[in-house]
Amino acid sequence: MTTYFTEDHEWISVEGGTAIVGITDYAQAQLGDIVFVDLPAPGTTVAKGGDAAVVESVKAASDVFAPVTGTVSEANSALEEDPALVNSAPETDGWFFKLALADPAELEGLMDAAAYKAFCEGL
Amino acid sequence: MNTDEQTHDDIADIIQTLPLDRWHRDQGARMVSFAGYSMPIQYEGILAEHLWTRESAGLFDVSHMGQLLVSGPTNEGGVDVALETLMPGDFINLGVDRMRYSLLLDDEGGILDDLMVTRRAGDFYLVVNGATKADDIGHLHEHLPEELTLNHLDDHALLALQGPKAVDALSRVCPGVEALVFMTAGAFDLAGAPVWISRSGYTGEDGFEISLPAEAAEAVASLLLAQPEVKPVGLGARDSLRLEAGLPLYGHDLDTTTDPAMAGLGFAVPKRRRAEAGFPGAVTVGRHFADGPPRKRIGMILSGRQPAREGALIFDGDTQVGTITSGGFSPSLQVPIAMGYVVPGSAGLNRPLQIEVRGKRLDAVVAPMPFVPHRYVRQGS
Repeated sequence: MTTYFTEDHEWISVEGGTAIVGITDYAQAQLGDIVFVDLPAPGTTVAKGGDAAVVESVKAASDVFAPVTGTVSEANSALEEDPALVNSAPETDGWFFKLALADPAELEGLMDAAAYKAFCEGL
Repeated sequence: MNTDEQTHDDIADIIQTLPLDRWHRDQGARMVSFAGYSMPIQYEGILAEHLWTRESAGLFDVSHMGQLLVSGPTNEGGVDVALETLMPGDFINLGVDRMRYSLLLDDEGGILDDLMVTRRAGDFYLVVNGATKADDIGHLHEHLPEELTLNHLDDHALLALQGPKAVDALSRVCPGVEALVFMTAGAFDLAGAPVWISRSGYTGEDGFEISLPAEAAEAVASLLLAQPEVKPVGLGARDSLRLEAGLPLYGHDLDTTTDPAMAGLGFAVPKRRRAEAGFPGAVTVGRHFADGPPRKRIGMILSGRQPAREGALIFDGDTQVGTITSGGFSPSLQVPIAMGYVVPGSAGLNRPLQIEVRGKRLDAVVAPMPFVPHRYVRQGS
C-alpha cells in the first residue's frame, strides 16, 4: 500500500486499483473542530481536483477535492456518528471514502510523505 | 481542501495589527484577517473556548472595534438630542454611566451599524463595529451639529471578559466592578491604568468590557489571564457564542436592507421615539412596527448535524421564503442553529421549514431566540 498526498492536503492510500481517501493531520488542525462531513454516495464519480466532500467545522465549510479520478465504492459511515474522528485520527479511522481508480497514472503527480512534509513546512 | 485563511492571506499586505498582536501569538493564537486587522480566530480550539466561556470566563480582544467619544461645548451640550436625530434610542432619559444598544439608521430606516451608547459624566461613549467604523465616523461628522466634538479613541484597546466567573476574576484585580449591573459602566483603575469598564458583552453571559489605553493592554491582558478562571478566546468562539445568544452580527444579520422592525429589535426603539418619529426612516420603521415588517429575523434549529451557513435559501414547502444570514453548529446544544430572514407568514414559532444546502433540503424548525438563555446580572437580581 502506497500513500500519496496533494497540495490541497488530501491523502490517498492505494492498493491495486482501489484507494482510500482522507484529509491530512495538517488539514484537520487548520480546520479545527469538525462537526459534520458531507460524503459522496457510493457510485458517485469524482474527477481529479473536483469537489468530492465537504467538511464542516464550527466556523466554516471547506471543500475536499478528489486526489484522482474514480468511482466511490464506500463512504466512511463512522463519520456520521462521530465526525470528530477526522480530528482525532485523520489519517486512519477518520478516512472519508474508498475509490476505484479510473487512471492510476494520475497518481504520478502527487507527493510522497517526505515531499508532503516538506511542502507543509514551507507553508 | 481550501480554508478561509488562504483567501485572507492574499490581502495580507493591507492588514493592520492591534496592540495585543504579539501577545496573541505568544498565547498560541491562529491569526486571521478580520475587519482589516490581524485578529486571533482561536487558541486551543473554538469548541473548547466556547464551552470554557459558558462555564468559566473567556478573555476576548475586540480592539478592532471603534471607540468614539461625542462631547459638547458644555457638559450638557445637547449631545443626547443630537444623537437622537441619528438613532432611535432614548438618550435624553439615559442616566449617567448607563448604556443602551442602538442603531445608526439611514433615511429609509436601513441599519448602517449597531452600537453601544453610554452616557458618561462629560460625554457619550460609543462602541461601533470594526468593519464599519470609518463609515460611522464619516456619517457622524456629516450629521452631528458642528459644535459637537467627535473623538476616535484609536489609541485605546478593548477587552471583553465573559462568562459566569468573569466577575470573580475581574473583581479580584479590580475591586468594585462587582457592583455594576448589566448595561452600566464606570471608571476604574486596573493594573495601574485608568480604564472604563461596563457590565456588558456579546456572548449572552454575564461579563465585562474593558476600554483601556493601548500601552496598558498587555499588562492588563496578562493580569486577567493569570486568574485561574480565565482563558483566551478567539473570534471563532465569539461568533458561535453570540449566535447561540441570538445576537445579530452587523454585515450578516443586519445591513442597510434591514430595519429595526425586520430585525426584531423593537427594544431599541422605545415608545417615545416611535411616537415622535424623529429619527431617520422613522415613518417606514414606524409603519413596519405597527403593521408588521415585510420580512422577519428568526432563529432556526436544524435536524441532524449538518450546519447551514450564511446565504443558504430557506423554503416553506416549495416556496423560497427567505435566506440564512448566520448559521453554524451550536457547541452548547450540539445541534446546528441558524438565523435568517423570512416572510412573516413563515416566521411563526415551531413552523417547519427546509434549508437548501448544496442541493439538499435540510429540515429545520423556527425556534425562539436566544437559543441558549442569557445570564445577565440585572438590577435587583
